[in-house]
Amino acid sequence: MTLINTTFKRRSFLKVSAASTGGLVIGFNWLTSCTPADQPVSEVPDEWFDINAFLKIGDNGIVTIYSPNPEIGQNVKTAMPMIVAEELDVDWEMVSVEQAPLDSENYSRQVAGGSQSIRRGWNGLRMAGATARRMLLEAAAKEWNVPIEELTTDMGMIYHKSSERSISYGEVASLAAGITPPEQVDLKDPGQFKIIGTPRKNVDGPKIVMGEPLFGLDVDREGMLYAGIIHAPAFGMKMKSFNAESAKAMPGIRDVFVINTAPPDRDPYEQIAVVGNSTWEVFKAKSSVEVEWEKAGDLENTGGHFDSMDDLLGSRAQEPSRNDGNAEKAFENAAKVIERTYTAPFLAHNTMEPMNFFADVRQNEVELLGPIQTPQRLRSQVATLLGRDESTVSVMMTRQGGGFGRRLYGNFGVEAAAISDIIKAPVKLVYTREDDMTQGTYRPAYRVVYRAALDASNNLIGFHIKGTGIHGSPVFENRFPAGTVENYLVENFRLDSNITTGAWRAPRSNFIAGAEQSFLDEVAEAAGKDPIDFRLELFERAMSNPIGENNDYDASRYAGVLKLVKEKSDWGTETPGVFRGVSAYYCHNSYVAQVLDLVREGDDLRIKKVTCAVDCGIVVNPEGALNQIEGGLTDGIGHAMYGALTFNEGKPEQDNFHTYRLIRHGEAPVEIDTHFVQNGIDPTGLGEPGLPPISGALANAIYQATGNRLYSQPFANNNEGVKVNLI
Amino acid sequence: MAQYNLNVNGTNHQVEVSHEDTPLLWVLRDHLKLAGTKFGCGIAQCGSCTVHVDGIATRACSLPVSAAEGKSIITIEGLSEKGDHPLQKAWIEHDVPQCGYCQAGQIMNAAALLEQNPNPSDDEIDSAMNGNLCRCGTYLRVKAAIKTAASQMS
Repeated sequence: MTLINTTFKRRSFLKVSAASTGGLVIGFNWLTSCTPADQPVSEVPDEWFDINAFLKIGDNGIVTIYSPNPEIGQNVKTAMPMIVAEELDVDWEMVSVEQAPLDSENYSRQVAGGSQSIRRGWNGLRMAGATARRMLLEAAAKEWNVPIEELTTDMGMIYHKSSERSISYGEVASLAAGITPPEQVDLKDPGQFKIIGTPRKNVDGPKIVMGEPLFGLDVDREGMLYAGIIHAPAFGMKMKSFNAESAKAMPGIRDVFVINTAPPDRDPYEQIAVVGNSTWEVFKAKSSVEVEWEKAGDLENTGGHFDSMDDLLGSRAQEPSRNDGNAEKAFENAAKVIERTYTAPFLAHNTMEPMNFFADVRQNEVELLGPIQTPQRLRSQVATLLGRDESTVSVMMTRQGGGFGRRLYGNFGVEAAAISDIIKAPVKLVYTREDDMTQGTYRPAYRVVYRAALDASNNLIGFHIKGTGIHGSPVFENRFPAGTVENYLVENFRLDSNITTGAWRAPRSNFIAGAEQSFLDEVAEAAGKDPIDFRLELFERAMSNPIGENNDYDASRYAGVLKLVKEKSDWGTETPGVFRGVSAYYCHNSYVAQVLDLVREGDDLRIKKVTCAVDCGIVVNPEGALNQIEGGLTDGIGHAMYGALTFNEGKPEQDNFHTYRLIRHGEAPVEIDTHFVQNGIDPTGLGEPGLPPISGALANAIYQATGNRLYSQPFANNNEGVKVNLI
Repeated sequence: MAQYNLNVNGTNHQVEVSHEDTPLLWVLRDHLKLAGTKFGCGIAQCGSCTVHVDGIATRACSLPVSAAEGKSIITIEGLSEKGDHPLQKAWIEHDVPQCGYCQAGQIMNAAALLEQNPNPSDDEIDSAMNGNLCRCGTYLRVKAAIKTAASQMS
């Protein structure tokens, strides 16, 4: 056991509450729907006892666990409560899960981002469960008048062996709620885990398959109005004037007006809001608003972006981001130099649920409800915009139809609040897909040049990366292969733009992993080495004699996933007609290696199998973990193959799925075989790490199948003129 | 204002809409408060809004309500009474959903497929399901769940 100090010292957590709010019933739908439909409904407890901010226990032993972080499909709403339930030592079947609201006093880091929910939540969640367990034990000890050390727990029961007594958590919950939280608690050793490490289904699964209203778009309130937004058609344009007379006269339209969502100290950011009685009436009226737009900045083009990137990449950085040894000299002395340029376009997030938010701005309080990855930031932005005290602004998160980084930027929530403030009514703002795709915070376009120097014995003696992208380079100067090459130089360049960019599932890594891993494949080939052995040699170097100090990876864990994928994929065994590519990457604290197998079918290629090895430490929920890896790599294949948002005169040239292609059923891998490293290390996240390496594995397999190296994404429309069609 | 008589999940409804071209999707969601049918693209490209119209998988975002009159409309809420359609059960068994947003449309499309073809091959599943996008990338599990449901229905 591990003894840790708790932070549960304040009495304010301890209040006994009577049962029967609407929220409880929602929790029970889940329990009942997991049992065969003809069985009687589980009884709702007569009374609930709040033990701490993470859980309450009913007098019948049912436990409600509040999941603090936003659920965007990464399945933390199942995994985080599993961690609490583990230390509470309760039967998972007796647990129902509810989303917690934003509550900065009781929860820390209520953010869905950076694959950090599990990693950063781990200790706090365990502590919450362990603290509650300790309070229940103290209550039982008091009840029976026995020393607490003589008590044990299992599956929601407390036992006193010598007197052969037992009592359920439900029976001592009322007493436990009055116990002062302990200042120190014992945590289980991982070997004692009963829930963590066992596959558990998505807690919202039954509701999802029955179409229950879970998402932001499903929010419906008495008196709620519907709103749409009209934004400038191009980056670099702003509104000059508008005429909404005909739109206002349309049926069901309440008003059309300008909102300004810029903070008070910034230049105004004006958009037009259309408010009405139903979504379709609003959508129809939007197209009747006549707007005159004017140029407010550069109207940028995709071609221009890459020309500017080439100019930057042709220059020298004033200050290299990293400079080990003397790369220039190494290249002068090289027997072989390989230089390749990799390019990727802007990407839109394209969550399946378009941006939306509910806001009700009342005289003394503001209610915000909807899909948001950063509720705390949204609260602060809305409070600032409306000049309200943050304590009067509440934020509740719905289940979210995808996030992928887009909902880190809550402009839609701020817009909803601005609209509600003016119309003086509760409002649900809904973006059309076109609104969503053409006013994004996109994955930036990138270009990067890799150079490698080999000596006469094919040793890697020099490495040079020059990277640039919109608003910044994708290159992480301290990641692999930094630390493995004597002479190592990284130069980063930033290209400014008025196009908004932001985090997109595995920021920067989502592109640079594939570029790097494609390049290393080519370097290995030039060196006459097996691509896995070549990488393992480099990791060997990083372990035995690393170059530099700030190498941002653990070489043994990195090598570990490569060795595991090598074994599990039977790497080195030639199968006629199967073309393989390998890739490995470390980001967001987790390690992933992948081997992708392609087969030819006529002129087309089919991804027959992807074998994955993953090191994320302890796997909290193996079912959810597999899902994240499978989904992440499928998503990565799709975007590497098809994803592209291009600009003409500041205007996105794709605005819906007929012009912006996403991967579809028939193009997904036929089989995905995932293996996790078992090492007992504290867990790290999986929402992002499965995606980045796969574009490298795909490109490397395509090379084996076609003889062509691909350097520009999307691969289906590559600049190399290679026909690549996945089926 | 135009009035339409709709039969949704076996119940008759009279709805009044101000635009004759109002898509069935918004009538279901805003008028009848059946939010299980999702809005994804509005142009029949993503399949999130799939419902059954006289047994045919149909994109509700692109079907004017006028064209749905007099037909039998089934939404995800009406696929089964207790959420126990073999596809819904298979979806849970295979833990298909990640974010879950597209899944009602996937299930409705799959249900129509199995009605027409109780034992589809992999290629037939791919081609029938190709109109249903999932950005989370749950395609493999969708396919596995369809096969499980098919085996239980036959």
